[in-house]
Amino acid sequence: MSSKTRKLAYSLAINEALHQTMTADSSVFLIGQGVKSPWYVGNTALGLLDKFGPSRVIDTPVSENAMTGAAVGASIAGMRAVVVHPRIDFMLYAFDPIINEAANWYYMNGGRASVPVVIWGIINRKGEQAAQHSQALQVMFAHVPGLKVVVPSTPYDAKGLMVASIRDNNPVLFVDDRCLYGIEGDVPEELYEVPIGKGIIRRNGSDVTIVATSYLVHEALRSADKLQQEGISAEVIDLRSLKPLDETLLCDSVARTGRLVIADGGWKTYGVAAELSALVHEKVFSSMKAPAARVTLPDVPAPASSALEQAYYIGEQDITRSVKRVMSS
Amino acid sequence: MAVNNAKLRELYHSMLRIRCCEESFIEPILSKEVRCPVHLCTGQEAVAAGICGALEKKDYIFGNHRSHGHYLAKGGGMKEMVAEVYGKETGCSRGRGGSMHLIDPQVGMLGSAPIVGGTISLALGAAMASSIRKDKRVTVSFFGDGATGEGVLCESLNFAALKNLPIIFACENNFYSTHLPISEIRVSNRIFEIGKPFGEQSFRVDGNDVLQVFDRAKKAVDLCRRGKGPVFLEFVTYRMHGHVGPDDNIQGCHTDIRPKKEIERWRKKDPIVKLERLLLRKKAMSRDALAEIRSMVEQEVREAHEFARTSPFPKKEDLHRYVFKD
Repeated sequence: MSSKTRKLAYSLAINEALHQTMTADSSVFLIGQGVKSPWYVGNTALGLLDKFGPSRVIDTPVSENAMTGAAVGASIAGMRAVVVHPRIDFMLYAFDPIINEAANWYYMNGGRASVPVVIWGIINRKGEQAAQHSQALQVMFAHVPGLKVVVPSTPYDAKGLMVASIRDNNPVLFVDDRCLYGIEGDVPEELYEVPIGKGIIRRNGSDVTIVATSYLVHEALRSADKLQQEGISAEVIDLRSLKPLDETLLCDSVARTGRLVIADGGWKTYGVAAELSALVHEKVFSSMKAPAARVTLPDVPAPASSALEQAYYIGEQDITRSVKRVMSS
Repeated sequence: MAVNNAKLRELYHSMLRIRCCEESFIEPILSKEVRCPVHLCTGQEAVAAGICGALEKKDYIFGNHRSHGHYLAKGGGMKEMVAEVYGKETGCSRGRGGSMHLIDPQVGMLGSAPIVGGTISLALGAAMASSIRKDKRVTVSFFGDGATGEGVLCESLNFAALKNLPIIFACENNFYSTHLPISEIRVSNRIFEIGKPFGEQSFRVDGNDVLQVFDRAKKAVDLCRRGKGPVFLEFVTYRMHGHVGPDDNIQGCHTDIRPKKEIERWRKKDPIVKLERLLLRKKAMSRDALAEIRSMVEQEVREAHEFARTSPFPKKEDLHRYVFKD
């Protein structure tokens, strides 16, 4: 790894991944609503249009189905498309090209044609944006064979996972939280990949494992700091990829600590937390000192009013409460 | 447009291969040797042959559920297609796709899928890829009249015209959307007109006249090749069989859909018979030559079934292969 590392915002780390992959590989292009406008995609597309021109940086009409299908089709025809949905809610119009076509294409054609496309959906939580502007829908895609799903939490991973997603020969859902765009972290200048399907231990601990995704990794780390002061040693795992899942990392950790709290920004029922809970009970049940606990959104659509938002969203305190319950059971 | 005799023979050969191959599936479907859903394109051969006859090998096509003809006309191997329909490892999709998922990237057949309208946007993307690479390829999207009910068609028409993409939207209007006649799914059956407000150059063509199909397709390909696409073409045609399998959906039988007289009327417009008459009239081929080519095609079809029947099924231990590419 290069010694040239500096602080970079999460959104600029994605921007750098796009600049560098598009420079290195002329088959890479970006398509989606707002790639010309900072209003939509933050500064993730900064400078791309000037550098690569309108044939490779394509702003589009509001046609999520056809635009996603076009990205899939271009990728079948030898390109590596990145299609961005500034609000993942609107991406539901594109279920057909993502699931029926992209996910199945390689399999149902017996490996004759692959689909190296990146489908990038941005979650916009809070801000009284209500039910159709705030949903975290990534797990729906993680359910489907043939799709990979990554959920980076740091600027380093945002860049490395975007690069890995673009270079992957399969459809990858890159799902990020807009609330992370301003956070800064160490990012190497050079082009590098973070491997898809590998989680990482963000903090070592011995009493309990907290596994978290995306922005909740930061909440989990704050929670672990507080818990330390109370004599509870929490290990924090950042899953980074929902699929493929780093089963070994998670199960080894739970085998050591014997306890698991799962923090995920999706809904509870049939969600990421449900899957991880089932996994550890199947694989390391005998090491477990307490049942796994889930910290998730309630099974309720996102409300508008900030008064209700406070009750709806989860964070450090919910994780801490859950850990204490697991420790005492 | 003058079409030389060699091209006429080529178009005839292409149509005859499709017809003979399609009809050859009826017996193995009835005997349940073929089990996957098979949507026969008998009667619509002129569209596939005429369009693909105007394309180069490097050009792309995407098909739908009824794509045996598209695949064969673009140059896909018959043996591999028949083996795919039998669910064999030697099939063009290694037995993972069946009749509705035919592909041969080497000849530009980039795939087919039965989600109605599902491949229209994929074809749009392939045309976009060509536009970015400036590789002068043309993409054809084959879909039926039923797909005109899908919103993605409108989205794709708009974007293709907005970016002048090298794509031909080829709508085969066979007047039936599965079981529903066109009068029950659209106010107007003049499908080509829907392309106009989106900015497409739009034409209606007799889809049972292969020369008209070829002529209009060639002009459309030339436009696209010169960066003056897209083009929307409606081909008026008819499928001689029902929606799926050998059942003809005749009124009075259990599927009870199409008037017998309507089918008989269209039988008189058989595109292959029409071309045979022309070939004889123009003395482009003798009766003996027609018989010879037919016997050659029938031999090819027999060999394809023999190949399929003697090919192995995919191995159970390979169930998980091809989910992800390394």
